[in-house]
Amino acid sequence: MDKKTALDLYRVMRRIRDFEERSSALFAEGKVWGTIHSYAGEEAIAVGVCAHLRDDDWITSTHRGHGHCIAKGADLGRMYAELLGRETGYCRGRGGSMHIADTSKGNLGANGIVGGGIPIATGAALTAKQLGTDQVAVSFFGDGAANQGGFHESANLAALWKLPVVYVCEVNQYAESLPVEREFPIKDISKRAEGYGIPGVRVNGLDVREVYKAAGELIARARRGEGPSFLVAEAYRHEGHYYGDPRKYQTKEQIEGWKTKFDPIAEARRWIVDAKLATAAELDAIDADAIEEAKRAVAFAESSPLASPIDLPGDVYAS
Amino acid sequence: MRAASGLSRTGTQGRPKPAERIRQTPISELGIVGAAVGAALTGLRPIVELMYVDFSGLAMDQLVNQAAQNRFMFGGQARVPMVMRTQGGSGRGNAAQHSKSLEAWFAHVAGLKVVMPATPADAKGLLTASIRDDDPVIFLEHKLLYRTKGEVPTGEHVVPLGSADVKRAGKDLTIVSWSREVLFALDAAKQLGSEGIEAEVVDLRTLVPLDKDAVLSSVRKTHRLLVVHEAIKRAGFGAEIASLVAEEAFDDLDAPPRRLAGLETPIPYAQHLEKTVVPQVDDIVRVAKELVA
Ligand SMILES: Cc1ncc(C[n+]2csc(CCOP(=O)(O)OP(=O)(O)O)c2C)c(N)n1
Ligand SMILES: [Mg+2]
Repeated sequence: MDKKTALDLYRVMRRIRDFEERSSALFAEGKVWGTIHSYAGEEAIAVGVCAHLRDDDWITSTHRGHGHCIAKGADLGRMYAELLGRETGYCRGRGGSMHIADTSKGNLGANGIVGGGIPIATGAALTAKQLGTDQVAVSFFGDGAANQGGFHESANLAALWKLPVVYVCEVNQYAESLPVEREFPIKDISKRAEGYGIPGVRVNGLDVREVYKAAGELIARARRGEGPSFLVAEAYRHEGHYYGDPRKYQTKEQIEGWKTKFDPIAEARRWIVDAKLATAAELDAIDADAIEEAKRAVAFAESSPLASPIDLPGDVYAS
Repeated sequence: MRAASGLSRTGTQGRPKPAERIRQTPISELGIVGAAVGAALTGLRPIVELMYVDFSGLAMDQLVNQAAQNRFMFGGQARVPMVMRTQGGSGRGNAAQHSKSLEAWFAHVAGLKVVMPATPADAKGLLTASIRDDDPVIFLEHKLLYRTKGEVPTGEHVVPLGSADVKRAGKDLTIVSWSREVLFALDAAKQLGSEGIEAEVVDLRTLVPLDKDAVLSSVRKTHRLLVVHEAIKRAGFGAEIASLVAEEAFDDLDAPPRRLAGLETPIPYAQHLEKTVVPQVDDIVRVAKELVA
């Protein structure tokens, strides 16, 4: 991997991690309403995949959607503004963390319904097919969502119609409190792809290089008109299911140990330095930039006016 | 499916063959309705068809949580210009799982539009308007109306959503109805006319958006309201019409509003039983007479 690609991937992962830490702090301060779900620990997946997408490619995201949104190029200020219920937020305070969308960048939205985005990404891929473009759709979803009927209906439909969509399952070991071994009767869920006659690939989601490589091939394949595929990336959820989760279903080792043992960002630092693509000091400088950028974004959000309630009903229908 | 301006598109390499604009799908109601939502969000104007409205439960998440709410949740960033066409209603011995009238479900969801034509001409005009509309439209066709005949304008014919139609003018009472019951109401009005009672029949045509003015101005003229629909009475859309009139035209009423609607049962199979659970022409005549008495 060349230096520029490696550092770009690292930078976006950093940006996401910082966003998760900072939004948790804002939540703790009582400034964020509702619920937020941290993507910490899973950054390599969104970043490795979205690095291959253009602004006119589409993604659908999940309740744990900040990472996908940032990896698809969202503006951090507008994201923070949404969490803080501001008029400048992506959804003008109507959506919040679980519904951030950025259609200008092809992000068709986070989704509060587990598996809800999967049929939608399939429909976006249908648009590309109908119009004869080379756009691609990617649907991110969790291990829990892989057991929703919508995944199976969509995979079959996309395979049948050869739609340019890549289904990306992020196995973060849990669906809320339910561990993966109690979700699936099989160990390697990428095998499900076989049932639909599409490629299924399983990667280490802690290594952004692996995700980047596999996603690159599957996305290029979709772009060439060769149809859908299923990418399964394994990682670890560093935080609870949501901010404030008491995590009674996990051991101390899982809660404390996983963060350091399974960290895609520490992992990236290691191989970037080992391969002499950058020095630790250069990486530290990227981290410092991410912090400055985030501080500016939060300041923008905090100085923005609260979302106006005036035209709430007017936003329901387009006409 | 039809292309429309939507999200940015680049790399267009040509149009697909026309045959692909109509796709037969596997039996995956959730999958195909969701695909229509995604296609609508990204610039197409898909029409997705379910065989029966009774199957919409399988696709309800995509209709209610996604199609209906995307625009609002995303702060106006999205449009979902899709039409879900399906058939509803009883009268063909299809029994409980293929005969329901579920318009109230959809009318209760902020973000959906609900269209129910009663005549061939309205079906054409409303479907055209629904396809051109930038919001998700639930287009409900009564299965027994497929056999009815009527004049249909050739060429461009658009019936704007939210415009009710006075299908018969009268001065003694207002009958508000939609879908197949409009035809029953017109038959009933004819009978009533021969007995000197002039009923005005207002066909709502679309429940959402609702043409409140058409309902209120008719009631202000006749001073009596009867709402007739096939769906079961409890929490049916007739309650919405009756309360609209009670709230906004109470002083114009000479009698309490009446609702005539389906019995609170699933639709039974046998022909003679099926008829007993949904309002028939005679029922409308009887209740109309009570109302003007
Ligand atoms: C249809 C539906 N069922 C249940 C929930 C409640 N819920 C929210 S997140 C979640 C777990 C999802 O697990 P997974 O798909 O693995 O995603 P993760 O949270 O691990 O990222 C559940 C059950 C929901 N939001 N939607
Ligand atoms: Mg999970």
